[in-house]
Formats: sequence, C-alpha cells, structure tokens
Amino acid sequence: MYGKGLRPLSIATVVAIAAAFSLVFFYAPLDADQGFIQKIFYLHVPLAIVALVGFVVGGVFAILHLRSSDRRWDAYSYVSIHMSVIFGVAVLITGSIWAKASWGHWWVWNEPTLVSFLIVFLMYATYYPFRYAIEDPERQARYASVFAVTAGAFVPLNFMAVRMAQSLVHPRVFATTNGGLPGSMMLTFLACLTAVALLWVTLVKFELTAKSTSGQIKRLRRALDAPAPGAGSRIAPEVS
Amino acid sequence: MDLLLLAGAPALPLDEAGKYVAGAYIVFVLLLVIYVSIMAAKLQRMERELRELAGFAENRANGEAAAPEREEVSA
Amino acid sequence: MTPSRTAFATILTKDLRAELRTLQSLPAMALFATTTFVIFRFGLDRTSLSGSLAAGVLWATLLFAALLGVNRLFVAEREEGGFDAIRLAPIDRSALFAAKATALFAYLLVLELVVVPIFALFFLGSAAALPPLLAVLVLADLGLAATGTLISSMAVHSRARDLLGPLVLLPLVVPLMIAATGATEPLLAVGGPGYHRFGTWLAVLSLYDLIFGLVGYAVFDFLLED
Repeated sequence: MYGKGLRPLSIATVVAIAAAFSLVFFYAPLDADQGFIQKIFYLHVPLAIVALVGFVVGGVFAILHLRSSDRRWDAYSYVSIHMSVIFGVAVLITGSIWAKASWGHWWVWNEPTLVSFLIVFLMYATYYPFRYAIEDPERQARYASVFAVTAGAFVPLNFMAVRMAQSLVHPRVFATTNGGLPGSMMLTFLACLTAVALLWVTLVKFELTAKSTSGQIKRLRRALDAPAPGAGSRIAPEVS
Repeated sequence: MDLLLLAGAPALPLDEAGKYVAGAYIVFVLLLVIYVSIMAAKLQRMERELRELAGFAENRANGEAAAPEREEVSA
Repeated sequence: MTPSRTAFATILTKDLRAELRTLQSLPAMALFATTTFVIFRFGLDRTSLSGSLAAGVLWATLLFAALLGVNRLFVAEREEGGFDAIRLAPIDRSALFAAKATALFAYLLVLELVVVPIFALFFLGSAAALPPLLAVLVLADLGLAATGTLISSMAVHSRARDLLGPLVLLPLVVPLMIAATGATEPLLAVGGPGYHRFGTWLAVLSLYDLIFGLVGYAVFDFLLED
C-alpha cells in the first residue's frame, strides 16, 4: 500500500518547509559579503543535494531491479529519477537567478558545481526519450535500469572532471576564512535540507500512490472486461 | 585566499537583492503548485474512471440478476 | 582456452575481418572527419590552430566521427541474430561486450592514425605533439569504446536507433572529453608541446575507462536476458 503514511508525511513536510523558510528570513544572519542574495543559497543548494541523492537512489533501485527482476523496483527507480529531474529544473532556475544576482549574467561557466549539475541534468533528461524508444515493456524496464546505473556512476566522475577544468575555483559557500558556516547559518541550512528532502520523499510517495491506483483501476477494468479508454503511458512503468 | 575570491561577488542593495531572492522562492513555490495541479488532474481522471467502472460493474450485476428470469421464460 | 575466451576471440576476429573485407565504417568515418576539418577551417576562419581551439576542433571531430561508428556496431548482430546466438551459448555473455568494445577500440585507433596526421597537416605547424598525443588518444578510445558499446547495444533494440545512441552517449562522454581536451590543449600550444597537468588528466581518463569498463562488463549480462 503506497498511500499508507502519506498524510503524516505531507503534514511533516509542510511544517518543515514553513519552519525552514521562517528560519531563512527571520533567524539567519545577513551574509557579510553577498548580502541578501545569499538567502537563495538556502533554497538552491538543498534542492541540488536532494536531486543528486535522488539520482543515486534511482541507481540503487535500478540495481535491485536488475538483480530481482521485480518490476516494482523499476517503478521506484523511474519515479526517483523523474522527481530528481523536476527538482533539477528548480536547481537550474534558482542557480541562474543566483548567478544573475551575483555576477550579472543569467548563466556563468565558471561555477563548476552549477555546470556539473547542468551536464548531469542533460544526461538524465535523455532517460525519457530512451525509455520511450524501447517498445517491449520488460526490455524497457531492464534497459532503463542499466541506464540508471551507468548514469549513477557518471555523476561523481562528471563533478570531478568539471571541477578540475576550472582554473579559478568559485567561492565555496561552506568555506570561509573562518573555516565554516557560522552556527546559525548552518542550522538554517540543515533545516532547509531536511525540508527539501522530506518534500522529495513525499512527492515520490505521491507519484507511486497515483501509479498504484492507476494500476488497480486497470486491473479492475480487465477483470470486468470493460472497454479501455485508450492506451496507457508508454514510458512510465505500471504499478499494480 | 577564499576571502579574496568571495569579494568577487559584490552585495546588491537590499531592495534590488530582494527581487532576486523573492524570484527564486517564488519559482520554487510555482513549480510545487504546477506539480500539485497536475496531480489533481490525474486524480480527477482516476475518479471519473472508477465511477465509470462502478457503473459498469453494477449494470453487469443487475444484468445477471435479470438474465436467469429470462432463461426460464424461453425454456 | 575457456569457452568465454574462445567466444571473445571468435567474435572479435569475425568483426575485424568483416570490417576489413567490406570496409563499411572506417573510410566513411575518416572522410567525415576530414570534411569536418574543412568546415571548421571556414567556420572559424582560421588556417592554423593551436592550444584550446585546436584541441576543441580535434576532439569534437573525433567524437562525432566515433558516433558514426558506434551506431553501426551492433547492427549486424541485430539483423542476423547474433544476440540470440550469444544467449544460447553456455558462456559468459560479457564476452560479447569485451569483444565488441575491443573491436570499437581498434576502429577508433585506426581512424585516429589516419585522421590525426591529416589534422596536423591542415592546422598544426609541427608534428612534435603527435607522439604524446597518442597516449591521450589510446586512453580516450578505451573510454569511448566501453561507453559506446554499452549504449549502442541498447540503442540497437530501439526505434530511432540512429538518434538514440548519440543522444544518450554524448552527455555520458563529457567527462572524457574534458579530460582529453585538458591534456591535449597544452600539447598543441604555440611554443611546442607542454605537459601542464598531463599526468593528472591521463589519470582521470584512466579512471573513466576503469569505471565504465567495469560497469559495462557487469551489466551486460542483464542486457541479453530474455
């Protein structure tokens, strides 16, 4: 039952987000160098971290799918990657806004983490046409898992290579001359990270529940021999 | 060394900076709202399908209840 | 020889012999690369290249020529039932991966042995950079061979396979390209070959080759299940 626990999870997420945003705007001190712009970092970085972890989680589910041939793992893998791609869009947009506010351009190439993330995003964006192009459902699931594993291995390599290509390292927000974020900022950051992570988990659960329900309806339809309204989704795995 | 590089990102005055920060947080909320709307549409569709299926199942049940009577008449 | 190694050797020789006999892919790839150089000459409006520009033109061209070869890698298997044969044989399916990757590596190397001197002829002042460049080429080819074989073996079972292979492969080889151009750029510097961070970039290339070689080898079994 995918829907179980969805309500307490959603409530926890809403509370966490409200608390985190309050901390950002009412508690965290103003950054000495970047000023008010630095507040974007509390949103942008947690989104990026959660998205990347989500991709790795998608890869782990893919490994489980390959080893067990249980299609449920493929559904988990697909939804994890799907959600991380959506979060990725948010990462790139907020990153672009941060770039514009900090350096005056809507995109900058000298911020290695943002560039690495773009490449990772482009990699996972090919997941959809890839799935769509393989018609046999069982083969589609298997190949998608191979993709997820390969792309998962690709992520750390990519970050490393892009970072090495930079001759000028972009200021790392976590490392100041004091050797770290002041406590109040760190607390705020962790609160935001928790909230975004909860959001990701909740939305993934949401998707899986919706898929499961949709799958049950199809089951019912088949059992009743009722006429089908139209073809199902070609790329999203069914859950039943 | 880090402080030197950090200085490359100048601080904007509060009102200008506020627009960008607000923009970023609004984008986040917007994406969330779009996602929820899409989910809502999916839920509506599912509800409609279930209603249809329930109707279909009921008709079938009624039909079966009616059929035995018809059988007796024809025999 | 174990059955797997026999299978590896057989598939590899079959592929290489077929290519030698029909010469389907290699001349086309070489011609494509050469014409691309001409396009760059006019597009960039340059008659000589050095440093990052030279590295960029060289690697972009090699990459796109490689994509042509990658597309054709499994077409014969797909059309003549080679996949079924491997599935039925009592051997380690990864032998197919190893054989195909080795064949692709060979094609890429031969391609480069032809195309890189042409590049030097067109754009470089001297051939001094070519020997150290060979090390970069070999390591990069290993990476391209591993990822190209992996992606191509999946793309061949899809619709729009000519599009899907390059689409998925291109982002995947970005780290490889970063390292390859990073190593090549100082080699093609105006004053003569430089070795700034040469060892580091070669290490990155080797890491990439190792990781994707292992990944390809490990997952290939799952690709052939049916």
